[in-house]
Amino acid sequence: MGMFEAILLTVATAATPLLIAAMGELVVERSGVLNLGVEGMMIMGAVAGFGVAQVTGSAWLGMFAAILAGAAFSLLFGFLTLTLVTNQVATGLALTLLGLGASAMIGESFVGLPGVRMQSLYIPVLTDLPVVGKFLFGQDPIFYISILLTIGVTWFLFRTRAGLTLRAVGDNHTSAHALGVPVVRVRYLAVMFGGACAGLAGAQLSLVYVPQWVENMTSGRGWIALALVVFASWRPWRILAGAYLFGAVTIGQLHAQALGIGIPSQFMSSLPYLATIVVLVLISRNKRLTLMNTPTSLGKPFVPDR
Amino acid sequence: MRIELVKRPQHSALFSALSPFIALFLTLIAGAILFSLLGKNPVSALYSYFVEPLTEIWSWHELLVKAAPLILIAVGLSVCFLSNNWNIGAEGQLIMGGIAGSILPVVFPDFQGWYVLPIMLLLGMAGGMAYATIPAFLKVRFNTNEILTSLMLVYVAQLFLDWIVRGPWRNPQGFNFPETVQFNSSAILPEIWAESGRAHWGFILAVVAALLVWFMLSRTLNGFEIKVLGRSARAGRFAGFSAGRLTFFAFLVSGALAGLAGIAEVSGAVGQLRTTITPGYGFTAIIVAFLGRLNPLGIVAAGLVLALSYLGGEAAQVSLGISEKSARIFQGIILFFVLASDTLIYYRIRFVTRHSETAAKGA
Repeated sequence: MGMFEAILLTVATAATPLLIAAMGELVVERSGVLNLGVEGMMIMGAVAGFGVAQVTGSAWLGMFAAILAGAAFSLLFGFLTLTLVTNQVATGLALTLLGLGASAMIGESFVGLPGVRMQSLYIPVLTDLPVVGKFLFGQDPIFYISILLTIGVTWFLFRTRAGLTLRAVGDNHTSAHALGVPVVRVRYLAVMFGGACAGLAGAQLSLVYVPQWVENMTSGRGWIALALVVFASWRPWRILAGAYLFGAVTIGQLHAQALGIGIPSQFMSSLPYLATIVVLVLISRNKRLTLMNTPTSLGKPFVPDR
Repeated sequence: MRIELVKRPQHSALFSALSPFIALFLTLIAGAILFSLLGKNPVSALYSYFVEPLTEIWSWHELLVKAAPLILIAVGLSVCFLSNNWNIGAEGQLIMGGIAGSILPVVFPDFQGWYVLPIMLLLGMAGGMAYATIPAFLKVRFNTNEILTSLMLVYVAQLFLDWIVRGPWRNPQGFNFPETVQFNSSAILPEIWAESGRAHWGFILAVVAALLVWFMLSRTLNGFEIKVLGRSARAGRFAGFSAGRLTFFAFLVSGALAGLAGIAEVSGAVGQLRTTITPGYGFTAIIVAFLGRLNPLGIVAAGLVLALSYLGGEAAQVSLGISEKSARIFQGIILFFVLASDTLIYYRIRFVTRHSETAAKGA
């Protein structure tokens, strides 16, 4: 396996959790809800996935458990912000804080255990193709799910009636409500979808990326996913591009550390975070463009009048 | 059954005052359920969590040690949150304050005298301020979301602290431990009552900061400006208030207080810089700010409550064998209940059953 192929594969592995979590959050934000709890839902997915895979010995069951855990956890956020109309920013933060705390306690007995790794695909001949064989036909199942998810979300948002409804809810919930769209129900579904995606992204970390449980193992990926949604100006394909860009930065700095280029490792490790800031500045600099792309009802409370 | 919200004509003063207590009460119930699920007697578990730590004088000291940074940071955050500036990077500002304040005792240990501590505290505040300026500047100048930038800077600050403590500032006589030298005695924030425990002047600073900010918010034009712009940016603009200037002000105040919390923690509680100087005070302070209803005086009380949860976690680990990490679950749950209870201030909650719905339609 060549160096190029190896780097390509690791970039994909680093990009996949960002892609999945950001894709979920994209749908949530398109429905007009800002859920800052991605980091918390992701880590709950990671710990649930790891735990269930440990007990059952099946990485697949772990993955499904993670999806369920993420969706269930997001309901907490949904109930507060949608039914009780609490402040979305504060509630999202609460979800992250609770998720980080709860996962630390749940996972305490998992620390140091060898994890169950999800098997990668192997198709004779195809996987053995030079250069692109392993990238296209030899990765873990979650990678393929992430690509299908990107296609699926794009199709759903821009080619289906339900997607149009969801975007309408995000752009103007009062009008949507007046047209008889069940705004709150649509948003509940969107929030749960976002939770499920964040849970899956967490499972990718604890079942594929580093098949282990480490406290705080998401280390800000949920927040980077949130930034990716802004970076992509709420378009699915740009999220794909952004996620791979960040995957490349992450892997690039790891390789640079391994080569020992004389820059302290801590500075290299902070590159993905600094890159996030730079990218955010570049994209939000144009105020008019940002305003045009942002779902108009994003983060605004909605109480249906009856 | 469905839950429906009915807007109150005026916000309820009763629930305004009660909501933190409702939230704490609900948290206790949730805690009791959690402990029962873990197979512990809920009453004795809650006792060892929230009462036992208060039965001895030295643990009151520990309470003040932990409450000091929480209150300092949360008071600053209240200025931010009231003015609709979402600074969630206080953890990073705390770390940078801790580092900046340590310059004197680590790099120039020969300076010793009464002037050392004041300079350290000022440098700590300056460090936190400088670090908080970054998200403020990016927000005002480039319209960049301050939530994400301030949070990203936390990770950067943690890595920077790790580097400086393992690298240039490592104690050469420290057997390769990742620590700086121990601060000399003139760089240590003194205890309040040294004979009974280790509570240091950080707590006094926190109470003073709370009083000052409370006065600013409730008695000055500046405070009025903060509240107006926070509730309605449009109304604020008509009144001639500048949102950009206020963003800087809010971030500078909260950065300075977080930085002060950082150097007070390093100099008062630890006595040297290490790779980790905070168990997440910057994030827990967000909970403190909301539990205190963004009122600096309420925040003093809320800071003590959250500090108690840290002590309770430690006590529960010793006496019940429950992980001390349970404290973080409690803290998260408190914030949820606080936010949920706040709904009662602005809305009446109606439970609509299918039955009553048809009855209403019939009538």
